[in-house]
Amino acid sequence: MYSLSKKSKVVVKKEMTWSEKLYLPAIFQGLMITIRHFFKKKATLQYPEQKKEFAAVYRGKHILKRDEQGRENCTACGLCAVSCPAEAITIVAAERQKGEEHLYREEKYAASYEINMLRCIFCGLCEEACPKDAVYLTEELAPASFDRTDFIFGKDKLVQPLGTSAHPKTYKPYKK
Amino acid sequence: MAKVTIDGVEIEVEDGTTILNAARKAGGDIVPPAMCYYSKLKGSGGKCRTCLVKVSAGSAKDPRPMPKLVASCSTPVQDGMVVQNITSPEVLEARKGVVEFLLINHPLDCPICDQAGECHLQDLAFEHGRAKTRYEEERRTFDRIDIGDKIQLHMTRCILCYRCVFTCDQITDKRVHGVLNRGDAAEIGTYIQKAVENDFSGNVIDVCPVGALTDKTFRFKSRVWFVKPMDAQRDCTKCCGKTIVWMYGNEIFRVTARKNKYDEVIDWICNDCRFEKKNVSDWNIEGPTKIERHSVISHNKYQIGTKVNAPKKIGYGNITN
Ligand code: SF4
Ligand code: SF4
Ligand code: SF4
Ligand code: FES
Repeated sequence: MYSLSKKSKVVVKKEMTWSEKLYLPAIFQGLMITIRHFFKKKATLQYPEQKKEFAAVYRGKHILKRDEQGRENCTACGLCAVSCPAEAITIVAAERQKGEEHLYREEKYAASYEINMLRCIFCGLCEEACPKDAVYLTEELAPASFDRTDFIFGKDKLVQPLGTSAHPKTYKPYKK
Repeated sequence: MAKVTIDGVEIEVEDGTTILNAARKAGGDIVPPAMCYYSKLKGSGGKCRTCLVKVSAGSAKDPRPMPKLVASCSTPVQDGMVVQNITSPEVLEARKGVVEFLLINHPLDCPICDQAGECHLQDLAFEHGRAKTRYEEERRTFDRIDIGDKIQLHMTRCILCYRCVFTCDQITDKRVHGVLNRGDAAEIGTYIQKAVENDFSGNVIDVCPVGALTDKTFRFKSRVWFVKPMDAQRDCTKCCGKTIVWMYGNEIFRVTARKNKYDEVIDWICNDCRFEKKNVSDWNIEGPTKIERHSVISHNKYQIGTKVNAPKKIGYGNITN
């Protein structure tokens, strides 16, 4: 057969020597490798007591930002939804009424904003598309669950809680 | 008949045709953009200056170039005329300036605006404008006005192209809609905010190149790129009944008139068809509308055998000067 990778080796069945037939040197060699690993740095972490540092560009669960005055930034423009390759975002817009100026920054706001976390591939394109600085991917992990409906994150889970820090990457709820 | 050369393309047209229409007859990239000219509206054109072209030879008899750039929508051709549009850097530079002027008072609220995605100013700015604004002063602002209960006027977004004014002049005998005040303070107005009471008043929404006049029944309902346009018709006693219905699932979100290649309404439609008939059972749906535009509006849409070319970026992203 023609080798595509040209990396294959022809295997020859050789008669074993007397010392090889004893197997002891080989067992000893294997044990040495195992013992050496006892003294090496461990690859595992004692989660959840210990936590791993995230890379600076780590992309986790989304957050919908508020501005300095606590108003929601999102204006339901739909650009995140149109840029999402996984079609995970669904938005329903509504018009801001008189007296709601302290809640929403723009004339129009997202009455419902849902991200399907089972569809989301955490690519961050929504973050890049947003013209209003509203959606960001935080360092928080999207939690696991047994129920599919739990993965549809609505505004209750996405909007930044009032009074938390303004910068997206410094928003780390589990480190509070 | 007059023979003209536009960007090297030779074409023969009737005497008295404008340069813009001659270019449209030739088609392709050489057609200058137009924000105020509307072939269906008599007297339109000459307001916005986006259609500027350079005439490098006036005519066969007098081949001197015209001293300044001319508005192609209102300059008739002459036999032997040589016109430069995209081949002239001067024209592209001037157009960039025009875009900048059009955007001076524009609120740039595309994320909120219902026209976004099918807005001519957006397309124009994307293809010809600068990436950054140099304007630092306060922009003029106006309050939102209701023209009747179905049409919303956002004067802040208006570019004063006068298309809506000509439309109203054409559909009524009385003067009900016009431009008040002058210069910076100029604004579109109906006589003391009176409703334009006419069966065809909704057409001002379609002619408006920007989001200044929008459909209140569609206000904030969806974005144009999430709704699917479908050719539809019904038996209407007032108008032709041929429309485009914009559907989301099995719901009709809005109804607009059918438009040609240059986004000009083919046949006016009445307010009944536009605002009242929002049930699928009211319409005879023919099939998906062919979308030729290159912007986000063609996202997820059907195309019948046409290739959509990405826009040529002329000067976009040039922020050095
Ligand atoms: S991160 Fe990517 S996949 Fe997830 S919602 Fe945003 S755009 Fe869609
Ligand atoms: S999150 Fe940003 S991109 Fe998405 S709808 Fe809101 S403002 Fe638009
Ligand atoms: S409202 Fe629209 S159609 Fe009327 S002048 Fe302004 S931009 Fe033109
Ligand atoms: S289209 Fe010619 S001046 Fe506006």
